[in-house]
Amino acid sequence: MSIRVGEAASAPDFPVAAKKLVSNAQVRQNVRRATDVIRNKRARVVAEVDDWEQLREAGHEIKEHVLRHLDFYLQQFEAACTRAGGVVHWASDADEANRIIVDLVRAQEATEVIKVKTMTSDEIRLNPALQAAGITPYETDLADLIVQLGEDQPSHIVVPALHRNRMEIRRIFSEKMNLPELGYQPEDLTDAARAYLREKFLRVPVAISGANFAIAETGAVCVVESEGNARMCLSLPRVLITLVGIEKIIPKFRDLEVFLQLLPRSATGERMNPYNSIWTGVSPGGGPREFHVVLLDNGRTNVLSDDVSRETLDCIRCGACLNACPVYRQTGGHAYGSVYAGPIGAILTPQLQGMQHSQTLPYASSLCGACYDVCPVKINIPEILVHLRGRVVEENHAPLVEKLAMKAAAFALETPERLSLAQKTARIAQLPFTHDGVIRHLPGMLAGWTSIRDLAPVPKQSFREWWAKRQKEPRL
Amino acid sequence: MCADWILQTSIETTLHISLFITCYNDTLFPRTGRAVVAVLERLGHTVEFRQAQTCCGQMHYNTGYQAEAMPLMRHFLEVFRDDETICIPSSSCVAMIRDHYPKMAAVSGDPAVSRAVHKLLPRIFEFSELLVDKLGVTDVGAFFPHSVTLHPSCHSLRSLHLGDKPERLLKQVRGLTLVDLPEADECCGFGGTFAIKNVEVSAAMLSDKLRCVLGTRAEICTAADNSCLMHIAGALSRQRAGIRCLHLSEILASTEAGEVS
Amino acid sequence: MSVKQDILDRIRNATGGSSITSETEYESINRRYRQVGVLDPAARVELFADRLANYGSPVYRCAESEIAPTIAGILAERAKTGLLVPRDLPRVWLPEGFYFFRESPDYRELDSSEGVLTDCALAIASTGTIVLRHAPGEVSRALSLIPDYHLCIVFPVQIVETVPEGIRQMSSFATLPITTISGPSATSDIEMTRIKGVHGPRTLEVILVT
Repeated sequence: MSIRVGEAASAPDFPVAAKKLVSNAQVRQNVRRATDVIRNKRARVVAEVDDWEQLREAGHEIKEHVLRHLDFYLQQFEAACTRAGGVVHWASDADEANRIIVDLVRAQEATEVIKVKTMTSDEIRLNPALQAAGITPYETDLADLIVQLGEDQPSHIVVPALHRNRMEIRRIFSEKMNLPELGYQPEDLTDAARAYLREKFLRVPVAISGANFAIAETGAVCVVESEGNARMCLSLPRVLITLVGIEKIIPKFRDLEVFLQLLPRSATGERMNPYNSIWTGVSPGGGPREFHVVLLDNGRTNVLSDDVSRETLDCIRCGACLNACPVYRQTGGHAYGSVYAGPIGAILTPQLQGMQHSQTLPYASSLCGACYDVCPVKINIPEILVHLRGRVVEENHAPLVEKLAMKAAAFALETPERLSLAQKTARIAQLPFTHDGVIRHLPGMLAGWTSIRDLAPVPKQSFREWWAKRQKEPRL
Repeated sequence: MCADWILQTSIETTLHISLFITCYNDTLFPRTGRAVVAVLERLGHTVEFRQAQTCCGQMHYNTGYQAEAMPLMRHFLEVFRDDETICIPSSSCVAMIRDHYPKMAAVSGDPAVSRAVHKLLPRIFEFSELLVDKLGVTDVGAFFPHSVTLHPSCHSLRSLHLGDKPERLLKQVRGLTLVDLPEADECCGFGGTFAIKNVEVSAAMLSDKLRCVLGTRAEICTAADNSCLMHIAGALSRQRAGIRCLHLSEILASTEAGEVS
Repeated sequence: MSVKQDILDRIRNATGGSSITSETEYESINRRYRQVGVLDPAARVELFADRLANYGSPVYRCAESEIAPTIAGILAERAKTGLLVPRDLPRVWLPEGFYFFRESPDYRELDSSEGVLTDCALAIASTGTIVLRHAPGEVSRALSLIPDYHLCIVFPVQIVETVPEGIRQMSSFATLPITTISGPSATSDIEMTRIKGVHGPRTLEVILVT
């Protein structure tokens, strides 16, 4: 199988990539400003809902229920969708999904497709596969268009171009759309995108979308969006191909009442996003004449097989954990080397493609817990990060020096005698590094500490020594 | 300390409190332990320190060395088996025990361990929890004539849900001016081995925290965790910022006679 | 072995599950969130109007008998000569002196039109949402999307307060194509500044029948 998450398998380790990005003042300012805005908006609209915790609980329970019965619900979805005139395809991995989609586009003798924002297509690297087959994909979500024309990578699940500011976007549009006089106001830039894409919406006969929810009961698919580009792609072309990760299934239509409350408030801080499209197969009186669903595994069943971290698949891709994460806010998404950035990316990417890749991602967190607090489906991300760290160590991907240090520390901490001895040893070992009562430089692994911070030396008397001495003294 | 004050505030029963100092406080911040002892004894309680104690296993567990954390948990359970009230002056160690011991016990497959953890959890208290919830005091008779800002560490906020307990304690300290810390709920960037493994990001997070701390113009930055403070103080020292970091207990232990030595 | 069978086997291996579900388990999912609203009808209408205003969508109020003159006033004010309408839209709503073409199947004609007038299936007050049902004869997907101007008629009896109430009503036509609209097309992709109007109608206006 060729399970693939974008180019994560060949991406540099997180600390290496992060080092570059934290030094990029422009990216940091852009990311900071954008995440601040979404966080504040989210906090406001979540605070006005008095049943938010109950909604989160329901969202979590529905998703967990689906995962326990995923085989049933997938088959139910397939049957219902087929009855409604849709065609369902199954893909084990990225290559298989790409092959199915390329063949479907070729069968239409189409050389162009319009695309609705789908992270899953970035995951399987669909665009390069289409291009290799002589098919030109046009991204139609504004942010995806910015990323595509800028020959860039997405850096956020919901707002993929959040690392770009208006001046950078102006430069990209002006060059690629050949608009030398283009203004730099956001209105100018959206108008340019509208004009650039409208002609394609009206002309291109095949569209490719992702799905936010696939409803097992009815065979319907729901796509959540803001701009109307998804509605264009879902309504106008003759043929629609929808790529759906197998975890996107929800049992019944009524479950939308939970997710359509959780998702918009968490993702963009809106009470409701401007547009939701729900459709079932093909319908008379408009919409595509041919509808294909590609159900994608690509490592999702690997995630499913770990019962501690399985709830990673509950994710509804709202991006709230990215906006809340103090690590993401410093680096932006590119440090994660994956189409899935931030805390959810740090747990999803290594699980999808195996712990031998991306083994630094579970460590890309201070475990501050902000992600868990905002997650609309209550994925305990810090717990899963720690669990995956355990798998990194267990599967022998941890650095040797660290392993030795940890084993030594565990040995020293096992008995009070050894701990006392270690304390005494540290007091002697630190002498060459202590100047004027401060340690400003340490060797080896600890050099990381002193590269940016001082360290107060280990005091002359440990607490346990003080206590022992105090017990011998006469008390007042 | 005046006798009147004791009569007004101490509760009727005298508790026998067992102190889990934590391995890093024991080694690096013994003064925090002395401060905890001073406060609890001043309130009329007795303190016990079991010399057999070592470490809760947090560093190993959170770094992925869960097998290595297991014997440390077993040792902890053994040492504190019979103690009714256990005080821990470190939110992150309390969070380790509350959040992870039950799962570790389940992994161990040993029902006796699970029972021991189940019995342990209601008996452990973070220092400010002990004071406010268990002992019912916010005024511990402290005097500390300085401006102070509080970094409410992540584990205090989001795992222990300490809420305003540390603030309520600080507000009762005579002479103390409490200054609000902007963006207080943001992580300082310590995160245990994160501070070393991801030093660049840790540094960037720390620089945000320092900007906020320095902006308060407070003389002292305090917290319920010495781990965060070690990280913040390390950068303040490197920058020669002239601001001290002190554990909450050390402020609460201070009196007109001075700070705990 | 087929890919489908492969995937299903991997799922069953992972979950230890069989290919059945438990309706009881589904029914036991905790749904302690708010299922029904608490507002009286008048307050519900006000909440809906308030949410629309919040999205920047103008709201015109009129009696049912005044729909046609209200539309005439809006069109005159906007210097429009007419609008497209779905086939089954009641003729009695349409004022004299303007053209009202029944839906055109040609996308390019829709693109160059002056706008579209529709009714809706229902509306949700708490989120300011209008729900369109795309049944034959009713507003089609293209008709409600390609024109740059959308004028929508909403009756108070169509307005529910909460999202769960709205979804419950939508359940009765769950397999028809459905579009929910909450304010005009928008994006925040550039520096998180909300810009009205990208690809959908840049102007959404509502006639709220009183």
